[in-house]
Amino acid sequence: MTVEEFNALLSDAHARNDYTALIDLVPYARLIGIECLRLGDDMVFRLPAQADNIGNPVLPALHGGVIAGFMEHAAHLHLLMFMGTQHLPKTIDFSVDYLRAGHYRDTFAQCQVWRQGRRVANVAITAWQTTRSEPIATARAHFKIDEP
Amino acid sequence: MNNNSLVQRAERFLSALRHCQVLGMTVETATEKGLTLRLPYSEKIIGNPENGVIHGGAITTLMDTTCGISTVCFLPDFEVCPTLDLRIDYMHPADPHKDILGFAECYRVTPTVIFTRGIAYQDDPEQPIAHAVGTFMRMGKSANLKTGMFPGGNKA
Repeated sequence: MTVEEFNALLSDAHARNDYTALIDLVPYARLIGIECLRLGDDMVFRLPAQADNIGNPVLPALHGGVIAGFMEHAAHLHLLMFMGTQHLPKTIDFSVDYLRAGHYRDTFAQCQVWRQGRRVANVAITAWQTTRSEPIATARAHFKIDEP
Repeated sequence: MNNNSLVQRAERFLSALRHCQVLGMTVETATEKGLTLRLPYSEKIIGNPENGVIHGGAITTLMDTTCGISTVCFLPDFEVCPTLDLRIDYMHPADPHKDILGFAECYRVTPTVIFTRGIAYQDDPEQPIAHAVGTFMRMGKSANLKTGMFPGGNKA
């Protein structure tokens, strides 16, 4: 896919307020099964329970890398949806704290952009399962947003 | 412990992790110096359809797994060690259509916590794609390490 095709798809998603095509565009997002849910002006990302995402078979629990990948991609989508980012952001660094086991059930994530400069954005991501006040993981990341 | 049995222990550990099987990850080497795992390139883990580069999430999974399983190279017995935190710093993008190798070592082992660090690379470990550092919790009851096996491992 070319940069022009990506831009056309992104403008179309903004115009129709439907980001399904944007999510389906990224093979990794399809592999782990990311969805987005609009709640008023907010966007909550959802990772439905899926056996292929399990790491610890005993609990069973989701693989920590899948939880982190879900959070990283949620931040990519958030920047594309709300912050006027024109192309897929590049991750500069990503730091995740695991607070509770990610059980084999649906996981949710929400993003907060703390600072967006011309070239770099700082984003905090919270992931939870039962209730938002008991996150299973929090992450912070820097993304490069200035070039395709 | 000889390197063959370290490889076997690492392979047994890796084979139990379903998502790692989905990604096709394999053990490359396991020695008393650390662990190397291979993440094969595949279309399904692409993060950028414009250029075919692998998604950071797959690299995070590689490094979380490599850091976590590297504990078998440094602990006398198998222990469950959940990740407390993990940080990945990207030095440059991965080349598409090439496998990624993850190397990790434990640089400090205490009775409660293990500090690990590693790199992700493709052709040259001197030119890594990413640096990773991860802290793991020791849950195993065999927390009494043999004296002198690790610096300070028998106290704290």
